[in-house]
Amino acid sequence: MAAGIWVFIEQQKGQIRKVSLELLSEGRKGADQLGVKLGAVILGEGIQGLAEQVASYGADEIYLADDSQLANYTTGAYTSVLASLIREREPQAFLLGNTAIGKDLAPRLAQRLGVGLASDCTGMEIDSEKIFKFKRPVYAGKAFAHVGSIVQPVMATIRPNTFPLAEPNPDHKAEVIPVQAEIGPEDLRVVLKDLVLAVSERPELTDANIIISGGRGMKGPENFAILEECADVIGAAVGASRAAVDSGWREHKFQVGQTGKTVSPTLYIACGISGAIQHLAGMSSSKYIVAINRDPEANIFNVADYGIVGDLFEVVPVLTEEFKKLVNQ
Amino acid sequence: MNIVVCIKQTFDTEAKIALNSEGKIDSSGVNLIINPYDEFAIEEGIRLKEQLGGEVTVITLGGERGQEALRTALAMGADKGILVSDPSLQEVDEWSAAEILARALKEVPFDIVLAGRIAIDDGSSQVAVRLAEKLEIPSISSVLKLEVDNGQATVVREIDGGTETLESPLPLMITAQKGLNEPRYPSVAGIMKAKRKPITTMSLSDLGLSESEVAPRMITESYTLPEPREGGRKIPGEAADAARELARLLREEAKVI
Ligand SMILES: Cc1cc2nc3c(=O)[nH]c(=O)nc-3n(C[C@H](O)[C@H](O)[C@H](O)COP(=O)(O)OP(=O)(O)OC[C@H]3O[C@@H](n4cnc5c(N)ncnc54)[C@H](O)[C@@H]3O)c2cc1C
Ligand SMILES: Nc1ncnc2c1ncn2[C@@H]1O[C@H](COP(=O)(O)O)[C@@H](O)[C@H]1O
Repeated sequence: MAAGIWVFIEQQKGQIRKVSLELLSEGRKGADQLGVKLGAVILGEGIQGLAEQVASYGADEIYLADDSQLANYTTGAYTSVLASLIREREPQAFLLGNTAIGKDLAPRLAQRLGVGLASDCTGMEIDSEKIFKFKRPVYAGKAFAHVGSIVQPVMATIRPNTFPLAEPNPDHKAEVIPVQAEIGPEDLRVVLKDLVLAVSERPELTDANIIISGGRGMKGPENFAILEECADVIGAAVGASRAAVDSGWREHKFQVGQTGKTVSPTLYIACGISGAIQHLAGMSSSKYIVAINRDPEANIFNVADYGIVGDLFEVVPVLTEEFKKLVNQ
Repeated sequence: MNIVVCIKQTFDTEAKIALNSEGKIDSSGVNLIINPYDEFAIEEGIRLKEQLGGEVTVITLGGERGQEALRTALAMGADKGILVSDPSLQEVDEWSAAEILARALKEVPFDIVLAGRIAIDDGSSQVAVRLAEKLEIPSISSVLKLEVDNGQATVVREIDGGTETLESPLPLMITAQKGLNEPRYPSVAGIMKAKRKPITTMSLSDLGLSESEVAPRMITESYTLPEPREGGRKIPGEAADAARELARLLREEAKVI
């Protein structure tokens, strides 16, 4: 009998992604509702030390595959290890974060297991018949699809910031189950040659709780410094509209919108952004939206909870100073 | 080099989304475009051909209008098109799409398969990777740079917070991220030439598949539209005063700072 909700714990250099902890937090509730165990799977090298933190977020069982061939994420090796583990243990649900790795790993795993996958979900429910139901944005958030699967395991990737983090409980203990990684030559066809991580103290756009974005109204690349300064005071990420990216002011990886990143932070501050439909598609699920724009007719005001009609070059520096006072209080 | 490019026809990004009387996404009167990420894949395929010789086959699964998407790709410089279209195919999920596309590629030789990172309609980022699994070839997602030399690909891909350089033997699936290239516009000569290039249309029965064999694993039960966001208040006053008030509201009312 298939039982248990499992969460894929994404880690890089021994650092667990926040979304994985969010999934544990929500998974714990689901496991209690169904009366099943919450499992966590960690792949990597030298990762034994992560078990404690994972347990504190509610995992009952931790499957640990510690192997030098898993030191860095590769699609082939990770898929093989997970596929054999899932076939052997048969969890009823397997959840991953909708991150670069999650998006790459989950579809291949789902295809190998012959199951469906709900991607980039922003909601999950388990109904009275114990069926998992997922809500996922389609057409870049212009609509939602409500999907379910009767084939097990039910698989989904969940967008970061969808579920709140639980308070970790250091007394919660888990059983740690070592997993033998069986990796074949066909899993290792793609070889990692180089990994370049941008040195940034700022959070990843899709993980960030607060995002401050600039558009064409920023006038030039150098002016993003005022957004960066503000961002660093409140621990925010800095995003951009396509106009700012196409002008070469910011890299594409910072673009928010239909052909950029879809983000759902608690707070999104749009500076000098008009609010084109493609931009709104990427950020309108933010909890609070602030717009700073000197055009009172700008479309962004139609979705903003708080708006300031004014020159961003006057507004943002004062805002930064005020934030400084508030966070130092 | 045998190059295959998977393209999907999607709604124009300007399209407003409404539901029809059956509660499904209403596609009437909507402009269709090639999924923007698939344009990068087409461009990259044509560049590979220009550099290494060979042929580019574009394939799409969808409605009759998929013809238009294929013609555009042929006008850009692809050589052949395959349209898999069947009126009995009502519900298709990512699993079904991969199964069908894999079957359609059974007789098509390939050294490299190119696709988009994500389709902007369903937003699922699944079909290409699933297809690679079904074709038993490796895949590299979200690619920013591709070099092919002597049956070996060197690839730069985007990851969260950085990039990775990877090497892989061919055959290989690549999914294109923005930044890979600048897609060309079809030239007038290209459009004329495209009219004479072959498009093969295949139905499920041509592929030896029945509708039930490719019935979706994921069932869409309903669609809803987002609650329209209420345009909130505008904070009055001079810039500096408004900024101070905003900071206060974010702290005391929204409680987000
Ligand atoms: C296929 C396709 C995909 C697209 N994908 C995306 C996407 O992913 N993301 C995206 O963002 N766009 C996307 N777009 C582009 C989109 O249509 C808009 O062109 C773009 O979002 C506009 O960016 P913007 O708001 O920065 O610039 P503009 O529309 O030019 O707006 C600039 C705003 O700045 C304000 N402003 C100027 N100076 C100041 C000042 N000193 N103080 C305050 N305000 C000021 C102006 O009033 C104006 O409202 C896409 C378009 C297409 C066709
Ligand atoms: N119906 C389809 N026909 C051909 N290619 C497709 C189809 N659906 C998806 N793809 C390819 O797979 C990529 C990812 O799509 P998706 O998984 O729907 O986000 C797209 O960019 C296309 O390259």
